[in-house]
Amino acid sequence: MIDFDYQAPTSLDEALSVLQQRGDDARVIAGGTALVILMKQRLVRPELVVSLRRVPELQRLAADNGTLHIGATVTHRAMETDAAVRQRWPLLAETFSRVATVRIRNMATVGGGIAHGDPNQDPPPALIALDARVRLRSSQGDREVPMQDFFLDYYETDIRPGEVLTEVVVPAQPAGAGWAYTKFLPRTADDYATVSVACVVSLEDGSNRCREARVALGSAGTTPIRAEAVEAALRGQELTPQRLREAAQQVEGLVDPISDFRGSSEYKREMAVVWTRRALEQAIERARSGS
Amino acid sequence: MEQTIHLRVNGEAHELTVRPRRLLVDLLRYDLGLTGTKEGCSVGVCGACTVLLDGKNVASCILPAVMADGAEITTIEGLAQDGRLHPLQQAFIDYGGFQCGICTPGQIMAAKALLDTNPHPTEDEIKEWMMGNLCRCTGYYKILDSIKAAAGSEA
Repeated sequence: MIDFDYQAPTSLDEALSVLQQRGDDARVIAGGTALVILMKQRLVRPELVVSLRRVPELQRLAADNGTLHIGATVTHRAMETDAAVRQRWPLLAETFSRVATVRIRNMATVGGGIAHGDPNQDPPPALIALDARVRLRSSQGDREVPMQDFFLDYYETDIRPGEVLTEVVVPAQPAGAGWAYTKFLPRTADDYATVSVACVVSLEDGSNRCREARVALGSAGTTPIRAEAVEAALRGQELTPQRLREAAQQVEGLVDPISDFRGSSEYKREMAVVWTRRALEQAIERARSGS
Repeated sequence: MEQTIHLRVNGEAHELTVRPRRLLVDLLRYDLGLTGTKEGCSVGVCGACTVLLDGKNVASCILPAVMADGAEITTIEGLAQDGRLHPLQQAFIDYGGFQCGICTPGQIMAAKALLDTNPHPTEDEIKEWMMGNLCRCTGYYKILDSIKAAAGSEA
């Protein structure tokens, strides 16, 4: 393990001021499950690590007027077990429960995971499907970025120097909408996905016609990918099996998976189509049954 | 730069001076001599280094000890009381839940975190929870049997 200095400020203002003074020499840590491993492997060598674990304002998880506010240091385990999240954002509760193992979910934080910018992670596709936004703060003030624009490249996000990711804001999961998170895991249950798909589908009242759909994929390129072509192929359409197959086929041209030990690029591209169709089927089934 | 931290480990208060690079697993083993906690994969995947931090199972191999400042830590050495093994420890003996033993402290600490939150888990709940603790010799059925037995005995 590399040597580093460590500070644990007790307010966000104090953290921001340290980050501004130390610039590129400093890295923010939350749960540490990503950064500590990168430091052990000497891929990241910060002189100073600034912990957010003592900043109370980042620990808040609350539903206000139908909008979910997830503080940056809320753990994955809290997202999985929180009563309001389970009841009103079941897609999020399900998705966070699929991350790694309980031990890691006790440590890893929502903000830390997103700031890590690994396209193989589970939560980003679900947060994109729910139209979530990322809130960032620097000494210059706050700004918001839609989750779908936040990821720029492999391990690269829109967080600017001196900024801290403070909160993820999630609008209400549309009433009556069906949802699904499918994670294709051919190796082990605690692995990253070979490909993953999150979707939210609403139907026109009492019909089999799609009012709105949002679909996003993980492990399918250098960032999580929102599949707008799939959404367009469903919107306003009668949801026949043929229509679902045609809509899912659209992801073929959207994804750009890398070949690795989880499969070749070609294989993952085909699996992205298959698992998109399965995710849509699950979501539509939930929308119909009202669960 | 060295820092002073405060930890309660198995009920005992400690003031320790550590470099930030000191990982919790190393602090327990080398600074406090609590060698019951083992290190396996060193990247949080295998579960051998599992300890309880404020009652929650965590991977001590990827946790700098400075990040645990102020916390209550429980290790395998903290389970037996007044010379009597904890029901989970006794069950792992009675049901053959270990062979070489290196994963056992982590298995038992993970199982303790489970039974503390869910005293009577279903078999599926045990499997789901224990998924992150790997064993290379005994196999998983006897570990499952041990935890089921302990859950019964704590009823």
